[in-house]
Amino acid sequence: MARTADVVIIGGGVMGCALAYHLAKKGVKRVLVLEKQYLASGATGRCGAGVRQQWGSEMNAWLARESVKRFERMNEELEFRGDIEFKQKGYLLLAYTEAQWDQFKQNVALQQGLDIPVTMVDPQGAKEIVPHLNTEGLIGATYCPTDGHANPFLVTQAYADAAKRLGAKIETFTEVTGIVVEKGVVRGVVTNRETIETPVVVNCAGAHAAVIGRMAGLELPVYAERHQALVTEPVEPVQDPMVISFYHRLYCQQTPHGSFIMGVNDPNEPESFNIQSSWQFLEDVARQAVTLLPPLRKLRVVRQWGGLYDMSPDANPVLGKTEVEGFFVAAGFSGHGFMIAPMTSQILAEVVLGEEPVMPIEKLELDRFRHGDFVMEPSVV
Amino acid sequence: MDDRTIICRCEDLTLGEIRELIARGFHTIDEIKRISRAGMGQCQGRTCRMLIAEEIAKVTGQSLEEIMMPTFRPPAKGIKLGILAGGGGYDG
Ligand SMILES: Cc1cc2nc3c(=O)[nH]c(=O)nc-3n(C[C@H](O)[C@H](O)[C@H](O)COP(=O)(O)OP(=O)(O)OC[C@H]3O[C@@H](n4cnc5c(N)ncnc54)[C@H](O)[C@@H]3O)c2cc1C
Repeated sequence: MARTADVVIIGGGVMGCALAYHLAKKGVKRVLVLEKQYLASGATGRCGAGVRQQWGSEMNAWLARESVKRFERMNEELEFRGDIEFKQKGYLLLAYTEAQWDQFKQNVALQQGLDIPVTMVDPQGAKEIVPHLNTEGLIGATYCPTDGHANPFLVTQAYADAAKRLGAKIETFTEVTGIVVEKGVVRGVVTNRETIETPVVVNCAGAHAAVIGRMAGLELPVYAERHQALVTEPVEPVQDPMVISFYHRLYCQQTPHGSFIMGVNDPNEPESFNIQSSWQFLEDVARQAVTLLPPLRKLRVVRQWGGLYDMSPDANPVLGKTEVEGFFVAAGFSGHGFMIAPMTSQILAEVVLGEEPVMPIEKLELDRFRHGDFVMEPSVV
Repeated sequence: MDDRTIICRCEDLTLGEIRELIARGFHTIDEIKRISRAGMGQCQGRTCRMLIAEEIAKVTGQSLEEIMMPTFRPPAKGIKLGILAGGGGYDG
């Protein structure tokens, strides 16, 4: 007899583990997470770890705000044996063109409407927040002191540990190779080891979500795109907030550990599963960082790496049900899936269980692409 | 070597801490690196990697070759951002 489960979650990144926790907490008995490598081996363990509420679409701003509340008390909520290292040192977003500044003004109005404590500052004000910032050409900036960052490995582990305590099973080094669908209804998943019968499958496979979708006969409009990052040697704390300049395509933060983490967005990056590191990236990011934050030129790089963004056509997640009954998806996070995972996973658990979600997510369902109802997010780096 | 022996000098991790992680089920170098920062410091694991692999081998019975070696990531040795940016990396 085949093994059975109530819910099978594909992918042991932050989404899969957080969802397992919420489902188990809501009383689902046999939740099973299948991860082809180890936990956080995908985008989660390669991400910039940033958590910001300064978004241009209401939904992202709301999801991020609610997630921040959860990060703030995550150690207690999940009874974690360690510390997820959530630090709220703010985010400073820089505008170098009038068009960007106009967009920022709209974003700030929207964010303040959601009680997110964001303010607009002039170049002088920006320099007070980040003294080593080169303000040449800067028009203005927006600043939110409750934005910050958390340790993605530990957040994922905290969710996984809590899920397991509530009875969920997490199996690593187990790859899903097929999905059994009969007459439009999910029946099970096939792994490199066995077939597992289940009425519910949730696709949390990140950049590989489209591959999993195809196993269920669906074409999901999500695709993989390499993004690279680097980390420097640790130095004395000098920079509180994460600094983002869409003009320079750069994000750069100093971690609690003292090292700087930074990345640039390469607009010519092709769709692929490539996660190799490149020299071009090193030169590009170094140039942007040294221009914007000149004293950083003295810092030595200790490591660089690549990871995959799971992109969607409107840079917003694809969340919820699909036309295959029992087959749900949570992907397309387009570079901001870590920071919204705490709230998104809770809503997804509600949707999977047929409950009324605390926020309606029709706008994020797969259907939107068929109707052309995009919810474009303007503030992706 | 006892539990207090420092295994990863860059990140100040003891053998005891590494053994505890292995006991908790982290059986690859990559997992231990991500959860504890072992091998993420200045030396990029040159000292600790082999020691951790040996500890895993003791518990799992795998051979050292079987224990996955984590990715070596370029650049091999710290280059200053200023040099990469092409502006010369001299202090000052
Ligand atoms: C360089 C970089 C910087 C980023 N910076 C930020 C940031 O600052 N803030 C932020 O919020 N987000 C950031 N992101 C995005 C963030 O990392 C992702 O949106 C988020 O981690 C997605 O989580 P996930 O669990 O959905 O996917 P993943 O973490 O990718 O998890 C998916 C998992 O599914 C597994 N899997 C795939 N196929 C199979 C299969 N067939 N069988 C079993 N398992 C399978 C994979 O191994 C993987 O572990 C960044 C991403 C990158 C690459």
